[in-house]
Amino acid sequence: MTKRIEFQVDPAAYRHWKIDYDGAVANLTMDVDENGGLFDGYQLKMNSYDLGVDIELADIVQRMRFEHPEVKVVVMRSGKDRIFCAGANIRMLGGAKHTHKVNFCKFTNETRNTFEAAEEDSGQKYIAAVKGACAGGGYELALACNHIMLTDDSSSSVSLPEVPLLAVLPGTGGLTRVTDKRRVRRDRADVFCSTEEGVRGKRAAEWRLVDEVIPNSKFDETVDRRAREFAAASTKADVAQGIALGPLDRTFHEDGSVTYSTVEVQANRAGRTVTITIKGPEAKPPADMTAFEAQGDQAWMLRAAREVDDAILHLRLNEPELGLMVWKTQGDAEVLLAHEALLMTNRDHWLANEVLQYWKRVLKRVDVTSRSMVALVEHGSCFAGVLAELLFAVDRSYMMEDEFEGDNRPIAAVTLSDANFGPMPMANGLTRLATRFLGEPEAVTAAEARKDVGLEAEEAEAAGLVTEILDDIDWEDEIRIFLEERASFSPDAMTGMEANLRFAGPETMETRIFGRLTAWQNWIFIRPNAVGENGALQRYGTGVRGEYNMERV
Amino acid sequence: MLDLINVSYDTQIPNNVGLSSDKKVLKALERWHPGYINWWNDLIPQNFQESMVYLRTAVSVDPKGWAKFDYVKMPEYRWGVLLAPQVEDRRIPMGEHAGELAWQEVPGEYRNMLKRLIVIQGDTEPGSVEQQRFLGLTAPSLYDMRNLFQVNVEEGRHLWAMVYLLFKYFGKDGREEADDLLRRSSGSEEAPRMLGAFNEETPDWLSFFMFTYFTDRDGKMQLESLAQSGFDPLSRTCRFMLTEEAHHMFVGETGVGRTIQATLDAMNKAGITDPYDINKIREMGVIDLPTIQKKLNLHYTLSLDLFGQEVSTNAANAFNSGIKGRYMETRIDDDHRLQGDTYVVRTVKNGLIVAEDVPALTAINMRLRDDYVRDAAGGVGRWNKLIEKSGIDFRLTLPHEAFHRQIGVFAAIKADPEGNIISDDEWEKRRDEWLPSKADGDFITSLMKPCFEPGKFASWIAAPKVGIDNKPGDFEYVKLHMA
Repeated sequence: MTKRIEFQVDPAAYRHWKIDYDGAVANLTMDVDENGGLFDGYQLKMNSYDLGVDIELADIVQRMRFEHPEVKVVVMRSGKDRIFCAGANIRMLGGAKHTHKVNFCKFTNETRNTFEAAEEDSGQKYIAAVKGACAGGGYELALACNHIMLTDDSSSSVSLPEVPLLAVLPGTGGLTRVTDKRRVRRDRADVFCSTEEGVRGKRAAEWRLVDEVIPNSKFDETVDRRAREFAAASTKADVAQGIALGPLDRTFHEDGSVTYSTVEVQANRAGRTVTITIKGPEAKPPADMTAFEAQGDQAWMLRAAREVDDAILHLRLNEPELGLMVWKTQGDAEVLLAHEALLMTNRDHWLANEVLQYWKRVLKRVDVTSRSMVALVEHGSCFAGVLAELLFAVDRSYMMEDEFEGDNRPIAAVTLSDANFGPMPMANGLTRLATRFLGEPEAVTAAEARKDVGLEAEEAEAAGLVTEILDDIDWEDEIRIFLEERASFSPDAMTGMEANLRFAGPETMETRIFGRLTAWQNWIFIRPNAVGENGALQRYGTGVRGEYNMERV
Repeated sequence: MLDLINVSYDTQIPNNVGLSSDKKVLKALERWHPGYINWWNDLIPQNFQESMVYLRTAVSVDPKGWAKFDYVKMPEYRWGVLLAPQVEDRRIPMGEHAGELAWQEVPGEYRNMLKRLIVIQGDTEPGSVEQQRFLGLTAPSLYDMRNLFQVNVEEGRHLWAMVYLLFKYFGKDGREEADDLLRRSSGSEEAPRMLGAFNEETPDWLSFFMFTYFTDRDGKMQLESLAQSGFDPLSRTCRFMLTEEAHHMFVGETGVGRTIQATLDAMNKAGITDPYDINKIREMGVIDLPTIQKKLNLHYTLSLDLFGQEVSTNAANAFNSGIKGRYMETRIDDDHRLQGDTYVVRTVKNGLIVAEDVPALTAINMRLRDDYVRDAAGGVGRWNKLIEKSGIDFRLTLPHEAFHRQIGVFAAIKADPEGNIISDDEWEKRRDEWLPSKADGDFITSLMKPCFEPGKFASWIAAPKVGIDNKPGDFEYVKLHMA
């Protein structure tokens, strides 16, 4: 797998999905091109998917919000006969390296969360219209929709056959959504998740695995009607026109570095480190949301979010050995906050809302990125508002204190804004500050009292916003030693430690998916029972069963 | 009418499974039986239900018992539950359990796979009856009508056989599946049959004969491979079903043969030697040979689709688990495990049809299909002998396996009957040369006039050489009930 995995998709060139926009309803049809796999060695039969299929889906979901705000209901269907979706392609999984499997699952989980949240965040409701077999990852696609409709043709079914068939878990939220979202009784969930053929017809509705079971002859019309009803009942404001998301301004360099218009990704492969520098806006913000809309995808707040998002995905999939991410910013905090304020004061404007929701998702993507992360608050930086959130997303932060010799940039400061106190919650439902100060909630209140003020090193440290402040004498050495030490630890232990420490506080369905479900799945993904030479995943398709070590661990 | 309240299962349902003392199965049957009778009654037109049909009934599995001929009204037909006699010390013939004692109970780990196979097999049985439900109205003779109903009641019995297995071995799930076998219906929008070919119409009698020759032969191959099952009750059930299936193929082969014979006789009588002089031939009320070839092309290819994907995980799993074997498994000279073996599969690579070796386990469907093709060629050879004997220069052929496929690797391409890959345009242009056109269908339909006088046959079909149960030519195989 040496080719670069590309997350930017040209919507005119989707291979696996078709969309038909019909006013407030969009019809999204999954029709996977068998021969359109991202890698060689497998065919995407029976609407099974690989990362490439999911990258297109993520792109569609994203464009649905920005380019098609008139859409209130999205109906997901299959373009194949007798099969809704067979889930993740098993031969792809069987042939993939552990790293790829894990990243594949993470990305698909993020995409599921994104369209699941589209109803609450953007007023776009997803309906799964299930005809034919809806198995494994296919049912997980449906589970992430807001409403599941199943035809009652006495053969269409929903199922999670991973355990009996493949000796792995339905790891794209399957187990979790069955119990936490659909609240299926646990003994029924146990039966469901260990029965290869799944459940069909009325029982699927009785067990709450689907919302409705509809006679086959009335299925299509009922789905259409339901979509219209949901659209009519939607409280989403009517928006005449969206904005176009054009290609990113992006250059890849030989050494692994990438230059975006607002983001510089500086790879240091020898040091297993990558520095991501976000350059704040220079120009004043648009005068109002009309002007913002006119700028469209070139508006700084949107452009930067897209570029950071792409950079993280690129690094996750294409640069697995850059284990330490160093986050930096440069720019004028006041100008940045003025850009942010335009959105924050116009949160009822559809596009302001979308951009803020997008930052929320980008920051969540940072949270679950399994790289060690540090933020360096240097002179001239603009860790303010949404960018200050990065300080609370990373594992540690270091801040420059006082003037540095030969450095005439403005003194380093951290500025909090309203964006730090609500609109960018983590997966646990709390703000990053609330999570950070779980043991001292008064620190959140104190910090809120000082928002919109640039806090220099001593104040920032006193407020608990940075890990350590260092002056000119200590800075270089301390940072070097920290980076070298961090990059030398076992990546596995780091991933495990960080994933535990980052998510203090309450569990939510989302934290359970990224924590419990993913961790168990990733454990199973290295166990011989699944992936050994004679394991179920490797043997799938050969006709020979997996050989299991029957010892319980 | 059958008294559904007081069914004496040992007298009304011929069986060799101790039905009347099997509480579990009896309880399930009592619930299911009325639904089955309703299904049957709603299916076949009423005047045929009331007619007396000269049918063969299997009352036991010994050679004397499985073909008792008598007049019976179809709803009162004694659908039996009969398993071939148990073979002492039978061993699992193939897969990783090869050589172990055959299972008399369902092994838990293979329960789902077994159930799925039984349900799929079970689903085809009533499916074909549904497809053929209106054919009685246009029967070309009472002899043919009787054969149709014989095939129908036996497919009904085969449904019983599968339902018995579901009741006996699959508990509550099995009972639900049995209910759904009656819920699904051929061509239904509400709940279609599981396999595509069983949702196609059987619009005319030539289709029926082609169906019984080609599609029932797929059924035979499936039964042959299930007869190898390590699950002994399934094996025994299928072995007995095969004795009946042979008659269905006989109906198909002789039906097509007699259709050809009528055409040949008419051509010779009129002195027509050119088989492509279609209008003149059709004017005589017989079906021209090129159209028969087109019908053959259609039904043969639909039947090939029934074998599924050439390379199949499900088939590999079923074989390796000892659930489903190959055709004549025990006569094949290999280790019956196939773990390191390969098998040649034709596939499409870079726009060409090429042969490649694949792991033999995954090519079980392909192997069965190859056996099917050989088996299906026999009757075609005998039809060609009829044509040869008549002196007319024409040969029927089986089209290439890449021609007109909806399932498998060839579904992605278009090919002519010789197996040359052609463009979509070319296909559209020439399709009607190879498959029955609307006009061909209309012509055949125009011939489908009932002929209900004993000993008489419609113009397009010749009389059989011998009667059923050696009855004379004018025997009244169906005493029609005229309401």
